[in-house]
Amino acid sequence: MSLLDTPIWEVIKGSFAPDIWVRLVPAVGETLYMTVVSSIIMLVFGLLLGILLTVTNPDGLVPMKILYTGSGWLINALRSLPQMIMIILMIPVARLFFGKSYGTNACIISIAASCIPMYARIVENSLLEISKGKIEAAKSIGSTNFQIIFRILIPETLPSLIRGFTVAVIAVISMTALAGMFGAGGIGDIAVRFGYQRFQHDVLFASVYVLIALVQLVQWIGNFTSKQILKKRNLI
Amino acid sequence: MSKLTLCEMGVMDDYIQISGLHKTFHTRSGPIQVLKGIDLTVRKGEIFGIIGFSGAGKSTLARCINRLETPDSGSIKVGGVEILNLSKKQLLQERKKIGMIFQTFNLFEAKTVYHNISYPLEISKIPKPEIRKRVLETAELVGLSDKLNAYPGGLSGGQKQRVGIARALVSRPNLLISDEATSALDPQTTLQILDLLKEINRTTGITILMITHELDAIRYTCDRMAVLEDGKIIEVGTVREIFNNPLSRTGALFTKVFTEFQRITEFENGSGI
Repeated sequence: MSLLDTPIWEVIKGSFAPDIWVRLVPAVGETLYMTVVSSIIMLVFGLLLGILLTVTNPDGLVPMKILYTGSGWLINALRSLPQMIMIILMIPVARLFFGKSYGTNACIISIAASCIPMYARIVENSLLEISKGKIEAAKSIGSTNFQIIFRILIPETLPSLIRGFTVAVIAVISMTALAGMFGAGGIGDIAVRFGYQRFQHDVLFASVYVLIALVQLVQWIGNFTSKQILKKRNLI
Repeated sequence: MSKLTLCEMGVMDDYIQISGLHKTFHTRSGPIQVLKGIDLTVRKGEIFGIIGFSGAGKSTLARCINRLETPDSGSIKVGGVEILNLSKKQLLQERKKIGMIFQTFNLFEAKTVYHNISYPLEISKIPKPEIRKRVLETAELVGLSDKLNAYPGGLSGGQKQRVGIARALVSRPNLLISDEATSALDPQTTLQILDLLKEINRTTGITILMITHELDAIRYTCDRMAVLEDGKIIEVGTVREIFNNPLSRTGALFTKVFTEFQRITEFENGSGI
């Protein structure tokens, strides 16, 4: 069904047809797979990089100006690349890891590469929210820097870290849709192949529903978890 | 009072010896000399007050003692150990023997009261049953036994400071530094916290260094005191000496403010503070 020859409500009605969803379900699986794996990679590296930025900050635990400025510059450089260009740049890297430059796994690399710098900045912002007094208290007790980072800094800023991760996961989801154009499969792939190239707008609509639902779900989980933690700590 | 007499007789040893302490902060608008050669001795087991207006350098002085701030020159000996020569590892060990409480409490909001108090022991790798025993003991001492499972977010200011005190005391330090610990509390709560500090000092013999701008707090709690003005100690003596003979400008000013304050409260309540 196309909007070119069918009224919009007919297309909407048609977008709930079972044959469309039979085609969509495996794509949803691929999207979920890409999102989960990319998000985990992003979480690990983004968190480490965010901690590095916070700790080496001139006002941080271990001020290291060169490392701080250097990593900050690198992150800004990577962030200024449009995601599409990042995907193209990552093709040789993906070939190195998986032996081919297309497919779901290959695209995970470019998604992670594109989202890690962004998430590192989000982590940095969250970690900087901690009051200096808490760090001083931890120091006065005789904590090592390692203990301050993992037993004070991260737990204290956890609600903010979770909200930041939610934002980042949503960016990953939108990026999986883009990666669909480059042979990553998933919902984006379906939307482009059927919705754009073959004017099957009912399929396009169906994939939009799924993406909206996915983003809503992620946002809801993030908000809920962060709120529960604040409630438990008697902070709201 | 009997302690004061012991002090005066010179029976008590010196616990903190500070000499020639200098500290300059380098800010964008140029260097600011905060400590200009501090010489100070605090005796073992006494409650020593340092008073001064905002910006006099009190907090910087306190923070130099556990090296939250690194002085430019001088010497700080705590219990005979030169704090400024310690290696990183030794410093961490030494900090465990110096408790500190803060104006803003600085509790860990992610941890329950129990885990706030147990944290200093956990990082010292003390066995769990021993941690439990000491946390319960310390909570009892500060009167928080019924709040152990609460989070600091749900506590009143006075209760928060009690958690702060328990957290500072649980590793059984020999010195407690109180950096404006009662400045954020209402007068009644302040009195309760000061009573608690006095009680702890009496029962454990811990040396307490009290940094404050509140004259009443010093008068109520301390044995001896020093007046800090513009990075220098301008007067040291027993609380009574300084109050009765305010030679320094700060001392005079504080005494004037205090007498005025007392006159007003007496007028209002029909009695002193």
